[in-house]
Amino acid sequence: MNTIWLLVMCISVVFAVVNGRTEEFTKAMFEAGKAAVEICLYLLGIVSLWLGLTKILEESGLMHKLSNFFRPAIALVFGKIPKGHPAITSITLNLLANFLGIGNAATPLGIKAMEDLQTLNRRPDTVTFEMMLFIVINTSSIQLIPFTVIGLLASYGSSNPNWIFLPTFISTVISSITAVVILVIFKRCYRIS
Amino acid sequence: MNAITAAFQYVIPLFILLTIVYGFARGVSVYDSFVSGAKDGIGLIMGIFPYVLAIFLMVKTFQASGAHEFVKRVFSSVASPFNLPPEVFSVALVKPFSNAATLGIFTEVVKTTGPESLATLMSAVIMGSAETTFYVLAVYLGAVGIKRTKYLIPVCVTADIMGIIIAIIIVKLMS
Repeated sequence: MNTIWLLVMCISVVFAVVNGRTEEFTKAMFEAGKAAVEICLYLLGIVSLWLGLTKILEESGLMHKLSNFFRPAIALVFGKIPKGHPAITSITLNLLANFLGIGNAATPLGIKAMEDLQTLNRRPDTVTFEMMLFIVINTSSIQLIPFTVIGLLASYGSSNPNWIFLPTFISTVISSITAVVILVIFKRCYRIS
Repeated sequence: MNAITAAFQYVIPLFILLTIVYGFARGVSVYDSFVSGAKDGIGLIMGIFPYVLAIFLMVKTFQASGAHEFVKRVFSSVASPFNLPPEVFSVALVKPFSNAATLGIFTEVVKTTGPESLATLMSAVIMGSAETTFYVLAVYLGAVGIKRTKYLIPVCVTADIMGIIIAIIIVKLMS
């Protein structure tokens, strides 16, 4: 990120000087401050709203119930993990947090899941297939309610921000399945080579 | 298709109703619980603000300097055979790296092309369905000290590209 930022900033300065746009460049700098405050204020509202709601989900135990509901399916996908191993629970909780769009809750849960998977790893410096499966499902994340995006669209005056729901859901499901298929294909090729 | 889209309007209200009523039935003091959860939002946004600022500084000055038009021409020459709005590329390119950057670029797309343009809808679906892959890889693998990743990185990159293509196709089919 350091290199990208440095590079883009330098390119901009060079372009501004060459195009004679230094005045606009300076103006844009202060506009950036204004725009960053604006978006963060919108986000503050949207994200806090969502975190408030999911807190109720947590404290009422509904989250726990949901994870019990999904756990058998996760155990099935991760067939090689022994039954009752804590990795299954941490994976389920992480994917559930992604599913509900609570990114900041997902990261610590994901690290916990990786630590649990590491206990099953015979070569601690090498990634296992289960870890790869977990990361691939995680990064192609199935998201049920894209709350932030809907909130931003609504903030900027979209007449029907809910339209995003269905295409997001469909594409996230298809892309997760595709991601797992790609992983399996790569696994086959890796074995042959 | 319209009926399904219309049905999705009820997802958020119903989700909220279910959450609150279930919480209340389970003896949770829902109001206090909501407030304490929402409080976490302040810290979270405060935490990302400097990142968002840095990205906006980059994006805004990039646009003002005229470099943006140059890059946009390059993108449009790639995008025009497929009839795609060039803005989609900027969102798709930064999404795997940083959430803050994607948010910054996404709001620029919404502001410049309007909240209901094809570019906005495609970017929105990409944002909702993709993840910050490289961030996840760095954090998750780093947490357990994995150094040999076998074929994981190529798989993630291929899957990301496929995911973006899928998102674009689905928005095209549905809009």
